[in-house]
Amino acid sequence: MQIFDLEKQGLRALNEQLHAQSTDTNQTSWEVINAKGSHSIAVGLDAPIAVTVKGSTGYYCGGMNKQATINVHGSVGPGAGENMMSGTIIVDGDASQYAGATGHGGLLVVKGNASSRCGISMKGIDIVVHGNIGHMSAFMAQSGNLVVLGDAGDALGDSCYEAHLFVRGKVKSLGADCEQKEMRAEHIAILKDLLERADANAKPEEFTRYGSARNLYNFDVDNAAAY
Amino acid sequence: MNDHDQNGIPYTTPRQSATFTQDVNSDIRRAAATGIYDIRGGGAKRRVPHFDDLLFMGASISRYPLEGYREKCETKVTLGTRFAKNPIELDIPITIAGMSFGALSGPAKEALGRGANAAGTSTTTGDGGMTPEERGHSSKLVYQYLPSRYGMNPDDLRKADAIEIVVGQGAKPGGGGMLLGQKISDRVAEMRNLPKGIDQRSACRHPDWTGPDDLEIKILELREITDWKVPIYVKIAGARPYFDTTLAIKAGADVVVLDGMQGGTAATQDVFIEHVGQPTLACIRPAVRALQDLGMHREVQLIVSGGIRSGADVAKAMALGADAVAIGTAALIALGDNDPKWEAEYNKLGTTAGAYDDWHEGRDPAGITTQDPELMARFDPIEGGRRLKNYLKVMTLEAQTIARACGKNHMHNLEPEDLVALTMESAAMAQVPLAGTDWYPGKPNTSY
Ligand SMILES: Cc1cc2nc3c(=O)[nH]c(=O)nc-3n(C[C@H](O)[C@H](O)[C@H](O)COP(=O)(O)O)c2cc1C
Repeated sequence: MQIFDLEKQGLRALNEQLHAQSTDTNQTSWEVINAKGSHSIAVGLDAPIAVTVKGSTGYYCGGMNKQATINVHGSVGPGAGENMMSGTIIVDGDASQYAGATGHGGLLVVKGNASSRCGISMKGIDIVVHGNIGHMSAFMAQSGNLVVLGDAGDALGDSCYEAHLFVRGKVKSLGADCEQKEMRAEHIAILKDLLERADANAKPEEFTRYGSARNLYNFDVDNAAAY
Repeated sequence: MNDHDQNGIPYTTPRQSATFTQDVNSDIRRAAATGIYDIRGGGAKRRVPHFDDLLFMGASISRYPLEGYREKCETKVTLGTRFAKNPIELDIPITIAGMSFGALSGPAKEALGRGANAAGTSTTTGDGGMTPEERGHSSKLVYQYLPSRYGMNPDDLRKADAIEIVVGQGAKPGGGGMLLGQKISDRVAEMRNLPKGIDQRSACRHPDWTGPDDLEIKILELREITDWKVPIYVKIAGARPYFDTTLAIKAGADVVVLDGMQGGTAATQDVFIEHVGQPTLACIRPAVRALQDLGMHREVQLIVSGGIRSGADVAKAMALGADAVAIGTAALIALGDNDPKWEAEYNKLGTTAGAYDDWHEGRDPAGITTQDPELMARFDPIEGGRRLKNYLKVMTLEAQTIARACGKNHMHNLEPEDLVALTMESAAMAQVPLAGTDWYPGKPNTSY
């Protein structure tokens, strides 16, 4: 295990060392101490390493991650796991706005609550939130899965495309062109797998699926008010 | 046509309204027939004060010129000297602006790369991500980081020679992109992670930051991901150039790209293109003042775009304080867009060469702004690249000709004092004297 003191050694050195790890590195386990809300911790990683961050982080923790597994023993600031491609990010605490924004792949798990715009413009990522999510979540979500064990705020899935949204609790309101969908066997299978991988204690059958009504896919003057 | 009625009373001459012109009336009829606003490509078509309204004075006794062809006039420019380990060095101060794959065909992007390479300058990706054609044929490629993040991935980010965070575009400050269903081929759909054939509306704001304080943090993230190697540009539309330039510099930009309202777009609402944003000419001096006020002129480079057509425009933009310019529309015309040789086909589309702007419909006779395989096959990327190279060389020679005539041994030595304005408006915007006077509206310590 490599211990990295962020306060003493600095952000540049941290990311530099993490970027230096290749696919066959034998320094596979890292612990970052004294995170103290710093921005851009462990961004742009591209190796199958495990990074544990002790404490809470600022913006963009794990941004654009590939391959790495990042565990945050605290809460994360805005844009955690933004545009991640693969790998796993697990946040023990809460996540601020835009968690998993535009993510293309991998798994982001938030054990607490996630704030507004969770999964905004997501493009293939899987996001599992054990608690609640805020308003405008999954706005323009393109693909991937957003699983919420708690409740969702206003305007869930506004203008979403083909992403699957699963909510166990209440949804305050649905956004434009988002509707409740039938839960078929394939969706149950996706959910089951994600709940397991996210260490979430819930049954797939308890969830409701939401997705695009596809009415706004091509401009139609009769829908003009919805745009 | 009769000029009098059956009683011999003269008719008044039929008079078209200056307010309800035939153009305006056709817009009204089109709106009434369809119920949707007009979408088109290109930039503002209305006349606004522009570089044509400025002239260089040249040299005589008070200033002496340099010998054409013999005395050197340097054109090299280095971009990204503020923070990047590897700034971009260009042979000429004319870059190719970001144009999306999706809006343009793969071969058209390839031609831009070939032409820019041969002329020693950079090209820029666009909405929709980086294609291998483009990376392969551009030795210096700027990777755009846009609100939509279509096709955005860290591998391409790390392959880029610079990153351009797009905040706005001159054609549509505050608006997002549009790519309509007709142009969503399998390849475009896959790169953007969206179903084929749907109308794509790109976001107008970045999904994970808003405002200058966030931008600073976003720039830090991009620098960390790319290990501080490549320059980071921030592209802004000509909205509030003094403040936007100030904020971009404060947020840590290496280069500010400033795009005025004549700047082209692949597709957006006509009302947006014609009515939002400021003319390029009106934006340059405020942006340069912002750089100067922060002591950053030439330290943070300024690239100006929006209606650059000739070496004269390049020289004028640089005399007003730009470090380089970018071209979009002109590059497409050099490739063969809107060429009169396709007139018969333009006519079939209800338009004429020079006016064709329905690029979003994907039926471009010249095969450039399309994803249709048959139309695309009309365009030869090698020939296109050669034409672009020629055009870039001509612009450079023209700009050098002017700079030498003003006695400058480097394009960057051109200055506002080399210019006069032909109109009050352009004098006010460019803050150079009205020709024949030593005054411009708003000149400090004068009463107008
Ligand atoms: C076909 C086309 C596609 C464009 N696509 C983009 C884009 O994806 N991203 C962007 O920032 N600007 C885009 N632009 C704007 C250009 O980058 C540039 O700002 C503009 O073309 C400059 O003005 P000019 O056309 O008068 O040279 C596009 C312009 C055109 C003509």
